[in-house]
Amino acid sequence: MATTFDPAFTNSTQTNAQPLLSLRAVAKHFGKNIVLRDISLEIAEGEFLTVLGESGSGKTTLLRILAGFEQATAGEVWMAGERLDTQPPYRRRVNTVFQHYALFPHMTVEENVAYGLRIAKRPSSEIESRVSDALAKVKMSAFARAKPSKISGGQQQRVALARALVNRPRLLLLDEPLSALDANLRRQMQGELKALQREVGITFIFVTHDQEEAMVMSDRIALLRSGELEQVASPREIYSRPATAYTAQFIGHTNLLKADVRNGVATSGALSWPTTAPAGAGLFSLRPECIRVADSSAPPSETSLPTTVPATVRLRAKLRDQVFHGANELLRVECADGQVLTLRTSTRPAIDGNGELELEFSPADAVLVRPSEERA
Amino acid sequence: MELLVSGSVPVVQKSRWLTVHALAVFAFLYLPIAVLIIYSFNGQGVGGFPPRNLTLNWYRILFQDGPIWDSVLNSLTVAVSAMAIALAFGIPAALALDRAEFPGKALFRRLVLLPLILPGIITGLSLLMLFREVNVKLSLVTIILGHGTALISVATTEVFAGLQKLNRAQEEASLDLGANYWQTFWRITVPNLKLSIIGAALLIFTLSMDEIAVSFFLIGRDNTLPLEIWGRLRRGITPEINAISTIIFVFSLAAIVLWYRLRVGGQGTSQVGAELTENTIAGCDSRV
Amino acid sequence: MFSRAYRVAITVPPLAWVTVFLLVPYLLMFCYSFWSVSESQAIVHSWNFSNYRELATKTVYWETLLRSMWIAARVTLFSLLLGYPLAYFLSFRAARRKDLYYQLVITPLWVSYLVRAYAWKTILGTDGVLNTLLQYAHLTRHPLDFLLYSPFAVVLTLTHIYTPFTLLPIYASLEHIPRNLIEASNDLGASPAQTFWRVIFPLSIPGVLAGATFAFVLSLGDFLAPLLLGGPSGIMISNIVVSLFGAAYNWPLGAAISFCMLLIVVGLLFFSERVEKKWSFS
Repeated sequence: MATTFDPAFTNSTQTNAQPLLSLRAVAKHFGKNIVLRDISLEIAEGEFLTVLGESGSGKTTLLRILAGFEQATAGEVWMAGERLDTQPPYRRRVNTVFQHYALFPHMTVEENVAYGLRIAKRPSSEIESRVSDALAKVKMSAFARAKPSKISGGQQQRVALARALVNRPRLLLLDEPLSALDANLRRQMQGELKALQREVGITFIFVTHDQEEAMVMSDRIALLRSGELEQVASPREIYSRPATAYTAQFIGHTNLLKADVRNGVATSGALSWPTTAPAGAGLFSLRPECIRVADSSAPPSETSLPTTVPATVRLRAKLRDQVFHGANELLRVECADGQVLTLRTSTRPAIDGNGELELEFSPADAVLVRPSEERA
Repeated sequence: MELLVSGSVPVVQKSRWLTVHALAVFAFLYLPIAVLIIYSFNGQGVGGFPPRNLTLNWYRILFQDGPIWDSVLNSLTVAVSAMAIALAFGIPAALALDRAEFPGKALFRRLVLLPLILPGIITGLSLLMLFREVNVKLSLVTIILGHGTALISVATTEVFAGLQKLNRAQEEASLDLGANYWQTFWRITVPNLKLSIIGAALLIFTLSMDEIAVSFFLIGRDNTLPLEIWGRLRRGITPEINAISTIIFVFSLAAIVLWYRLRVGGQGTSQVGAELTENTIAGCDSRV
Repeated sequence: MFSRAYRVAITVPPLAWVTVFLLVPYLLMFCYSFWSVSESQAIVHSWNFSNYRELATKTVYWETLLRSMWIAARVTLFSLLLGYPLAYFLSFRAARRKDLYYQLVITPLWVSYLVRAYAWKTILGTDGVLNTLLQYAHLTRHPLDFLLYSPFAVVLTLTHIYTPFTLLPIYASLEHIPRNLIEASNDLGASPAQTFWRVIFPLSIPGVLAGATFAFVLSLGDFLAPLLLGGPSGIMISNIVVSLFGAAYNWPLGAAISFCMLLIVVGLLFFSERVEKKWSFS
C-alpha cells in the first residue's frame, strides 16, 4: 500500500501535540436558522473521528464546511497550520466520499478514479499506476472499464473510496457512505473501511446517524445535537460515561433515574444508592445491562457489612413484559413505587409467585448526567 | 390501467370510441401533409381531384430556382447563428435560474421565457422599434438577433429541466477532486446536460428555420425560406412550394430519427416537446 | 457551493442580453404607444394618450379584438376536444405503442407552420382538393365557397396547428399521475367513468390549463393564417397592427394595440398560473 499512498501519512495512531485539523468556534446560519453554533474541535493526524447525530443535527453541514461547499458564518478552520476555510474546495487537500457516491455517470470506473489526478496534470504513467493500485486496494480492478451504472451499490462505494484516496488527501470526509447498503454488506464494509483507514493512516471524518456504526468504527465520536457538540469522547467512554441525558439515550439504551442526593446517598422513589454526586437534584443513567437478576441464594450484602459502601443495590420489581432479542432478552419491570426500568439479561429470570424478581446493580454504574433540555 | 382495459362492456365501448377518435385526429393532423406531398408530384398543379399525370417536373423547376436556394442558405445561416446565440446565453441563464440569487430574478425568469408564449408579432415589433431607435439597418443580422433572443427561452427551459435531473453532488465531487469551476463546467456539467443541450439545439434550429412572425418585421433585403415562400404565396399557388416543403419534411423526419437514435443511446425517453410546452407555461408562472 | 465569481459569470451575460433585447424593446413599445406621427411621417416624441383614446372610441378596433378573441376561443375549445381524448388514449390505452403515437403527434410540428396553412388553402379553395373531390363524387354541383376566406378557414387551420401543442402538456400531466391512484380508485369501488371524473381529470387540470393558454394566446396573436385564409371577414387584431406598421404607417397606434395585446397575454398567464397552482398538488 505504501506504493499508493504517501508514506508520510502512514504513521497512523500517534497523536501529535499539533492536531491536524482544528475547528475554532465554527458557526453556520442559514438566514435565521442556526444550523451550527460554536463548534470547537481538534482532530489528530491519523484519527478516525465520527460525527454522530440525528438528521437535522447539522452533521452534514459541518462536513460541507470542511469540504468547502459551504462557508462558515463564523469561526475558523485550520489544517496543518494553514487556514482551510478560506480556500475554495478545489485547493483543499481534503477529499470526500459522498452519500450516494456521486460517481460521474459518463465516465468509466477507471476514469472516475483518474479524474483528480488528470485535473492535477500528473504524468500519464503515474496516473495509470496510481489508479490501478487504488482499484486493487478496493478490489475493483476487474471493473475498471465498467460504467458506474453497471456495478452494484457496494462496488460503487468502493470506487468512490478509491477515487478519493488516490489523491492522497490529508483528510478524508465520508458522508454516510454506508447508508445506502443493506445490513449485511454494511457490516462487512464497516470492517473493511476501518481496516483500510488503519492501513493508509489518513485522517477520516465519518458522518453517520447510526450510533452502532459509530461505536464499531471510531477512535472518537463527536455527538452533535441541534448544531451543538454534546460530547466528544472515545466510544467506550461516551458509552460508559455519558455526559448528558441526551448522550446516554442516543447511544445505546438507558434508564434515566431522577434522584435526590443527600449525604452521599441518592434516592429515586423506592431506590437508593450511595453516590459521590453533590447534594441536590441529580439525574442518573443506568444502562439496562448493568441491572442484573440477583442470585437469590446469596444473602443481601448490607446485612453482613452494614458500615461499608455496599457492592450492590438490591431491589424487587414486578415483571411487566419481556422481549426476546436472540443473544439476550430485554425486560421491563415495575418497581414498588411505579418506576419502570429496562434491563438486559442473557438468562431467563426466575420469577416468584407474585410475578416479582429480585434485581441488583452496582452503584458505580449509575452515572450522573447533565439533564438535556428539549430543543427544537 | 390493466383493470380499466380488462373491465366490463362499457369500458370496451369507450375504448373503441377513443380509438376512432384517435384515428380521426391523426387523419386531421396528417391530411394537409399528405395533400402537400401528393400534389408536389401532380402534373396538373395544386388542386383538382383526383391528382393525375404524376411528374417530377416541379422538383426539376425547384432545383433550378436560384432565389429559393439563396433563401434556404440564408435560413441555414440564420438558424445556426441563432442557435449559437441562444445556447451561449440560454445555458448560463438556466444555470443562473438554478443556482444564483440576484435581485429581479423572478422578473428575469419571466422575461426570458416570455417570447415562447408571446405571439411572435409582439417580439418582432418591439425589436423593430429598438433597431429603428438605434438606427440599425434591417438585414439577416437583425433576424439573427431576433431569433437568437426569442429562442433563448428554448435553451433555458430545456437546460433547466436537465439541471433538475443533474445531481449536484457530482459537481461537488469534481470540485472536491481538485477541478476548478471552469473545469467542472466542461467536464461534468456539460456532459451531463448533453442530451438537453443537443435537444435544445435541434429544437432551436428547426424553430428558427420555420420562424416567420418575428422575421416578418426584421427582414432586410435577403429573404429567409419562410419569407420567400410567403412572398410567392401572395403571388399565387405553385407546386414548387409543395416540392420544397416535401424536401424539408423528409429532412426533418431524418432529423427526428437521428434524434431518436441518440436518445435511445442516451437515457430512455424524456420528451422534449412535452417538457417544452409544459415548462414554458410553468416557466411563465413561477415554478421554474 | 458556487463561488461569487461563478455566479456572476452565469448571471451577468444573459441578464445583459435579455435587458437589451427584451426588456428595453418592450419598454420602448410602451413609450411608442404614447407618441404620434407628424404630417411628414416622422415619429413625434411627445407624450399623450391620443392613441389609447382612439382605441377606446373607434369600434373597428374593439370589434376586431373581440372577433380575434372569439376565434381564439373556438380554436382553444376545438384543440382541447381533439387533444384531450387523444392524450388520454396515448397515456392510458396505447401501451407499448405509446412512443410511436407520441412521435406521430410531434411530427406534424416539424412541418412549417406556413406550409401547413398553405396546404389547407390548397384543400379549401374553390378549385381546391376538397371542392373538386366533392364534385368528383357528385356530392355537390358547385364549389362550396364558404370554405376558404372565412373565419371558418382560420379556425380550422389554427386548430390543426395548435392541437399538438394543446395535447403535449395534457399528455405530460396524465403521464405524471401515479398509476396506483387509479388502482386505488378501482379498489375503492369506483367505475371507470367515476375514476376518470374524480381522479384522472382533476389531476390533469394543470396540463389542460397550460395547453389551453398556449392555444388561446398564440392564436389570438396570429396574423398569417388570417392573411392567407381569412378574407375580409377573417381579419384579426394583429392584421390591423401589421398594416399600421406597414402601409398605414402609424407605428405609435400599432404600438398601443400591441401593448394592449401584451397586457391581455400577461394577464391571462397570470390568471392561468393562479388557477394552475390551485390544482397542482405535488
